[in-house]
Amino acid sequence: MENNAFYVALSLLLNFDASLYQIVALSLQVSLLAVLIAAVLGFPLGAAVALWRFPGRGAVIVVLNALMGLPPVVAGLMVYLLLSRAGPLGEWGLLFTPGAMVIAQVVLVLPILAALSRQKVEEMLGEYREQFVSLGMSRARMMPTLLWDARFALLTVLLAGFGRASAEVGAVMMVGGNIDGVTRVMTTAIVLETGKGNLPLALGLGIVLLTLVMLINAAAYLLGELTRRRTG
Amino acid sequence: MTSLNAPRLASSALLSPPSLSFQGVTYSHEEKVLLGPCSFTLDGIGPTLVMGPNGAGKSLLLRLAHGLLSPSQGRVTWSGDRKPRQAMVFQQPVLLRRSAVANLIHALAVNNVPRRERGKLAFDALDRFGLSACARTPARVLSGGQQQRLALARAWVLSPQVLFLDEPTSALDPAAIKAVEAAVREFHQRGTRIVMTTHDIHQARRLAGDVLFLSGGKVREHTSADAFFNAPVSREAQAFVAGELVE
Repeated sequence: MENNAFYVALSLLLNFDASLYQIVALSLQVSLLAVLIAAVLGFPLGAAVALWRFPGRGAVIVVLNALMGLPPVVAGLMVYLLLSRAGPLGEWGLLFTPGAMVIAQVVLVLPILAALSRQKVEEMLGEYREQFVSLGMSRARMMPTLLWDARFALLTVLLAGFGRASAEVGAVMMVGGNIDGVTRVMTTAIVLETGKGNLPLALGLGIVLLTLVMLINAAAYLLGELTRRRTG
Repeated sequence: MTSLNAPRLASSALLSPPSLSFQGVTYSHEEKVLLGPCSFTLDGIGPTLVMGPNGAGKSLLLRLAHGLLSPSQGRVTWSGDRKPRQAMVFQQPVLLRRSAVANLIHALAVNNVPRRERGKLAFDALDRFGLSACARTPARVLSGGQQQRLALARAWVLSPQVLFLDEPTSALDPAAIKAVEAAVREFHQRGTRIVMTTHDIHQARRLAGDVLFLSGGKVREHTSADAFFNAPVSREAQAFVAGELVE
């Protein structure tokens, strides 16, 4: 019985295992903050690329699309080099802190949010353009209107970003260090427990992580449906 | 753009609408001339109905006049020292994914109407166009006729001096067509210059003050409605009025 992963997951949850809750809380904090920062930067960036024509625009789109598939360990390595003692941002002393993990996840999520929102906004602009020009709107004025009108599509984009952030392990492992009680998140804990041969615990953590991601998606879906019904 | 405050709304009804001139305007796409050269002046009281068979260039002419497209050659000019306030109602209304009233408030906001005035102007316009009951309804779930009335209400709150309408009733049922035509008359009475395309000759008879007749990308005739419907001069217009299938 004690070797059953579901039993382990359930007992961890029901016993309010303090270290588990700490790990879950840190995972959520890091990933949600990273997604929030990436959204604040990425949505306007995506909309801007959709709205403005400039030399090298095609290249920007290709790079954004390509970076959606950036391997987390490469992102981790880049952030590691930036934040390491000898690196350009070494003075910040962020390496092996949750802050470094947030930065690494922003690097991973930002291209997803920017590339997908560019696509959504551009589609919508095609539909709205004549009306916008008729209303005398500048491109800068079109941006908030388009982002707001694309809100349901962008919510899905946001979830895709959160999925990427909460699932990845390579980047947070490299820049966080998986330090117990400080930078240990669900994914790094799963890697560690698997390495130690504690498979039921690893699987139990996996189930908790899956459930969590499922719950967040369900909540976002319901929120979207409710608002969609209210506002169209 | 200046703000749309009450005194200006009143004054726009008293002034005659600005006149529009096309001077040798052509529009080409990939070496192919789609419209023109056209030269005409709209300075009567209107409403001006732009008529002609499909592909004659009616929508192009409207878009050039409104400034959505730039002429390949020639000039589009307005009387007065600056461009008049304009609005356009499209065949398929383009409404934002928001409530009906939010669509109007957005249009007022982008035209820099002070925040505190927007609500009243928006609800007044909804009321005028019989949409009060669906103020909070998402614009995109309204019926086709309601959507077109909302597009007209959006134009109304901007108190344009010139209103362009591109086949505004072609997708609507008779009751909705009647409501749109009533709205067009209301704009006209407010002193707004109306330039509207239609392929429905009966609608043109009901609304037109003057007719601009196009075929094959050229203006064939520009006369008063009476003259156009009773004694068309050009061969194309004669055939069109007689109900023949004109290309």
